[in-house]
Amino acid sequence: MMLVNAKNLHYRALNEALRKAADDCTVTECCGQRYIAAGMSHKSITISGTPGNALGAYLNGAAITVHANAQEAVGDTMNAGKIVVHGNIGDAAGYAMRGGKIFVRGNAGYRAGIHMKAYEEKRPLMVIGGRAGSFLGEYQAGGVIVVLGLGAKDKEIVGNFPCTGMHGGKMFLRSDCRNIKFPSQVTARAADGTDREEVKAYVSEYCDLFGYDIRQVLSSPFTVITPDSKSPYRQMYVAN
Amino acid sequence: MKLEGQVRIPSGCAIAAVISREGNRMSGGTIANAMKPMHDRSNGLGGGFAGYGIYPEYKELYAFHLFFDQRATRKSCEAFLKEQFEIVKSERIPTRKIPAITDEPVIWRYFAAPLKSVLADLQLDEKEFVARTVMKINTGIKGAYVFSSGKNMGTFKAVGYPEDVGTFYRLEEYEGYSWTAHGRYPTNTPGWWGGAHPFTLLDWSVVHNGEISSYDANRRFIEMFGYQCTLQTDTEVITYVMDYLVRVQGLTLEEASGVIAAPFWRTIEGKTDPEDRHKYTYLRTMFPSLLITGPFSIVLGFDGGLMALNDRLKLRSMVVGEKGDKVFIASEEAAVRAMEPEAENIWAPAGGEPVIIKVKDGGF
Repeated sequence: MMLVNAKNLHYRALNEALRKAADDCTVTECCGQRYIAAGMSHKSITISGTPGNALGAYLNGAAITVHANAQEAVGDTMNAGKIVVHGNIGDAAGYAMRGGKIFVRGNAGYRAGIHMKAYEEKRPLMVIGGRAGSFLGEYQAGGVIVVLGLGAKDKEIVGNFPCTGMHGGKMFLRSDCRNIKFPSQVTARAADGTDREEVKAYVSEYCDLFGYDIRQVLSSPFTVITPDSKSPYRQMYVAN
Repeated sequence: MKLEGQVRIPSGCAIAAVISREGNRMSGGTIANAMKPMHDRSNGLGGGFAGYGIYPEYKELYAFHLFFDQRATRKSCEAFLKEQFEIVKSERIPTRKIPAITDEPVIWRYFAAPLKSVLADLQLDEKEFVARTVMKINTGIKGAYVFSSGKNMGTFKAVGYPEDVGTFYRLEEYEGYSWTAHGRYPTNTPGWWGGAHPFTLLDWSVVHNGEISSYDANRRFIEMFGYQCTLQTDTEVITYVMDYLVRVQGLTLEEASGVIAAPFWRTIEGKTDPEDRHKYTYLRTMFPSLLITGPFSIVLGFDGGLMALNDRLKLRSMVVGEKGDKVFIASEEAAVRAMEPEAENIWAPAGGEPVIIKVKDGGF
């Protein structure tokens, strides 16, 4: 295990140190350095302090654990690997991710999972333990977003305008979603047995990571949201 | 060099602020540190700070900070000021020569009070008169620019990275109960000293990260009420809009937020509290031209407080944290941590949700 003290280190120098390291790394005193572990395929990186924007951008298989909050654009365009954040994450988490997993213990900001996509065996997953901000899954084109709303109390577990422009993938919200308005091109329905089996796998990984009781987390209603059509824009341009 | 409005540079920014709810004064060095981890959000074309409570010895007087292109401009501007103000003190603003800051204009400050006889003649209240004087200088005296005009507060700005601007203005020698800061990455216009943030009028100051798409609509409306946008830079108009809504129209800060970052009509329709629905409908109907669209996160500084606000779609990042009597606001949590490593309750306000922090009564 290699230790990298990030104090007063520019992100370029920090990333260079991480790339040169032969094995797993722990970054200490991180304060706002951007693009940490960008594009990395191997290694496991643990961060204490506050990592900067675009943490794990283009991540290609590496594992990142953050013991505090993360900022904007976590896992931007990531392809494979796993990012685990023990605090909250900022806006636009998982922006256009096309593979890998992001687990957030707490809340996510606006536009989590914006333009998440999937391709053949690539099916990205983002699990948000707390609440998600407005525009959750905006333009979602593939993959799976799960919001558990743990600790949400009387607040809605998602903000305004979830699933705006969603045209692929799947979303699980741990709520009956009675007061949540969805756009017309998606269908929101109560999770059936198959759905609950599927979400159990995601929730189980979350509970293992952060120490929650899976039975308790699963004891609530879940709502599944999917787009109505596989190609909703087909008729918009040519009738074929 | 081409100035604001003569050229368009397509291209982010960094903002930070701190306030003591108890009114305890902090060195300007704290806020300058906040800008360091956000260095890459700026490109060296503008940095600036506003400090409140920094001139207690002259707190009854307007503190004018001015840029002049040359000594002769200063002389003629001073002659203009002396006709209407009693100038109690005038001096060069102390700076430190550093390689990172070059081409500085002539930078002066004046502590002054409007002459009672002039106010009586014009039948204007003091603030309105001072605001009009600022507009007159900025539009009428070529080469002179008032970049700060409040009481017991001051703005310090320049072309450069914010942390260098702090060093240049010897910010660590000032103490204030609140501070705001900006690092500029000009989006549409070139960087020049006057175009750096904060933008101020009276005790209002605005630092802004974003780009306002409604700029021209807002400008055309506000110019009907005597404000003149001299810089063709979007943040300036926010300062005047806030002055108009709060000082002139008498709206509260919350109401003014409901105008500039108004909820969508369908969000208003969906409100369960009828009073709330009525309020937002009223505000949107009364001031449709002052809705500010496009991405923004701003911190508005004023006498005794700060307000942070995001555009309604929240197209820019902003977090708030606290520790003891202090509240911190910044584009990035890293900046909050740079000011206070042990900051607590870090949260991100929703789009259009104003965060207003005031110093307790009698605290400043």
